[in-house]
Amino acid sequence: MTARAWSIFCLSGCMTGALWGQVSFDRILASGNEPQNWLTYSGSTMSQRYSTLTQITPENVKNLELQWTFQARSLEKFEATPLVVDGILYTVQAPNNVVSLDAVTGRVFWTYPYVPARVARPCCGQVNRGLAILGDTLFMGTIDAHLIALDAKSGKPIWNVAVAKAGAGYAITHAPLVIKDKVIIGTAGGEYGIRGFIAAFDVKTGKEAWRFYTIPGKGEPGHETWKGNSWEHGGASVWVTGSYDPALNLTYWGIGNPGPDWNGDERDGDNLYSDCVVALDPDTGKLKWYFQFTPHDTLDYDAVQVPVLADMEWQGQPRKVMLWANRNGFYYVLDRVTGQFLTGKPFSTVNWARGLDEAGRPMRVNGKEPTAEGQQVYPGVQGATNWYSPSYSPRTGLFYISAWDQYSSIFVKVPTEYTEGRRYVGTSPRSVVANLQGTAVNQRKEEEGYGAVRAIDPKTGEKQWEFKMLDVTDAGILTTASDLLFSGGREGYFYALNGRSGELLWKANVGGSVASGPMSYSVNGRQYVAVSAGNSLLVYALKQ
Amino acid sequence: MSTVRLVFVLGTAACMGVPLAAQHSYGPADIEDGGKLFRTNCVACHGPQGNLVEGVDLGHGKFRRASTEDGVIRIIEDGIPGTAMPPNNFSDFQAGTILAYLRSVATSGRTVAPNGDAARGKAIFEGKGGCAACHRVYGVGSRVGPDLSDIGALRRVAEIELSILDPNAEVLAQNRYYRVTTKSGETITGRLLNEDAFSVQLLDTKERLLSFQRTDLRQAGFLSESPMPSYRDTLTKAERDDVVTYLASLKGF
Repeated sequence: MTARAWSIFCLSGCMTGALWGQVSFDRILASGNEPQNWLTYSGSTMSQRYSTLTQITPENVKNLELQWTFQARSLEKFEATPLVVDGILYTVQAPNNVVSLDAVTGRVFWTYPYVPARVARPCCGQVNRGLAILGDTLFMGTIDAHLIALDAKSGKPIWNVAVAKAGAGYAITHAPLVIKDKVIIGTAGGEYGIRGFIAAFDVKTGKEAWRFYTIPGKGEPGHETWKGNSWEHGGASVWVTGSYDPALNLTYWGIGNPGPDWNGDERDGDNLYSDCVVALDPDTGKLKWYFQFTPHDTLDYDAVQVPVLADMEWQGQPRKVMLWANRNGFYYVLDRVTGQFLTGKPFSTVNWARGLDEAGRPMRVNGKEPTAEGQQVYPGVQGATNWYSPSYSPRTGLFYISAWDQYSSIFVKVPTEYTEGRRYVGTSPRSVVANLQGTAVNQRKEEEGYGAVRAIDPKTGEKQWEFKMLDVTDAGILTTASDLLFSGGREGYFYALNGRSGELLWKANVGGSVASGPMSYSVNGRQYVAVSAGNSLLVYALKQ
Repeated sequence: MSTVRLVFVLGTAACMGVPLAAQHSYGPADIEDGGKLFRTNCVACHGPQGNLVEGVDLGHGKFRRASTEDGVIRIIEDGIPGTAMPPNNFSDFQAGTILAYLRSVATSGRTVAPNGDAARGKAIFEGKGGCAACHRVYGVGSRVGPDLSDIGALRRVAEIELSILDPNAEVLAQNRYYRVTTKSGETITGRLLNEDAFSVQLLDTKERLLSFQRTDLRQAGFLSESPMPSYRDTLTKAERDDVVTYLASLKGF
């Protein structure tokens, strides 16, 4: 078939899906040039979860209708954000089955079934948040801590490497990040006394190229921030995808809490690089800078948020910044060239710190930490936000987050000892907010915790508007160049807001909690919005 | 759950089906289904002929932990706690089809061991045989035909040999070829990945994932013959043995 014939053929709408070409790294870096595709977990290496598609607008969004549904054969939370490449959609059916679908009809091309080792035991559900792609190879981390390369056209494995020991609590739940010729992942397992790390693997062979331990070893700077041998099982896991700035050639990753989570008695010190963002050279894994949000954390305030990169005017000068709403309740702006703290303030109810000092270090409130009797601390154990993808719209200039407010937990501390493969946490906090696998009804008062989409002025941290829900939310946020915002929550709605005002424009009852980040793509000129909810992937477009 | 009593009365199993027992008889389609279940769920540990676990030869009724076929079915469904044998969400009938498949394998008489040279076979596969023009092994070669990276773990030697001699003798459902003709007159051929009442999904001969609405097609249907040629006359017996030996060595990941 000639190229022209092929073009005509596609315009006819006869063929709904076609894989045009390989996804080069240049294409990934320039993903803004092809808004019809969604090539990385957060939509670009800047991780703004912002789509430049504009067919769906505030005026016509009320005409959205469901196009197709993919019901996963899994009762695990559906946390994956799909990738879309030229009409083909790739997602993960938890825990680790990869599915390729026609992005227009939802019909399955192929499924790659993977059965994780039975020793796999991620702390908080056998979940997966998505894939990475380079060339025509897909990459997936597994809950038994393997990294697998798959042929994107056939779903056949190309290589499969064991990254860490699943029996010791290591797992991989986030989407990998491809940078140049390497695929980068980190390891979860902070509740099992792992020693976390980020590692890069050759995309062709799976051979490990470098490893950055998130807890420094003996003789390395930062090792002194751990008492005795506590560094050996200090957690500092990684379970959300990082970002990449090609101009600086730096990759940024949020690091999880130190372990044991709620008993810091045996790990005196700041416990670097737990609860940090680290900036690494993606070619070598060398640390360029770090910033620690919560030194010596005993409240499980993982800094496992997506590093959102933005270029904006800052006090009259253009500046490369990083926007970060942290699980600990504070919003931060960092200079992503140096890691310098620029500003920060609470975005939610906080009682464990009075504020941030000039360097961004929290000024603690004495006693607001776990005790044998129990201590009430705001925000509670799930944080004021968590892994839920934020969004930054260069058009509105606003930073959007999913927040939990007026939410607390009773933090209790008990002694604990490390045993390989067993939970190593030092008790578990209590909260009136049930976990996601609990009841689907909500009977709380507002003062017991609620969820909201919040728009924040990134330069000041001031709230511009909020869309309140009665229940809390585990949903990420998508914004588009028509100033729409898509999100959802535990109440089981998927909705569109006006990104400038927060006004509700459209909603759909999706019959299950939205615990994923929405995304958008287009095929043959038609824009789609996809979201995982409950155990299904749902895809919407304007009624034709 | 009712228990299926399996008393095997074996005829010409592979061709005629396996008429079993009082309650169930397993026909060729059931046996094929059992083979699929076996290849998907069991071969990684038990091997394509069901005899890789020490002390166990599933096709020949040699078990360590069960003395009856009912017992085997319970093990297939419930697993063996404390061992690598996991529970499986199969019905009694599905578990029975797996056993029926293994019985058919054992009685087919096609369990020859490979006796060629794998290195020579690889060279023929990639060279004289031209196999890589259609098949892919460990990420190298074409996707037009089935990926063979784990063929040695999924298919028995006799089945591989048969495919080389007579490609049309056994074509698995996932390897069937399909052709569509659009209303605009284009004809596209490929391996059928999926179809339903309204749509068709192919991997075409240009290695593209394509999806069609039937309303846009003039014709759609299976090809009657495999596009793979027979190597009965183009390779010598020794060369074919080498290729079979090479393919049997491919165990995937």
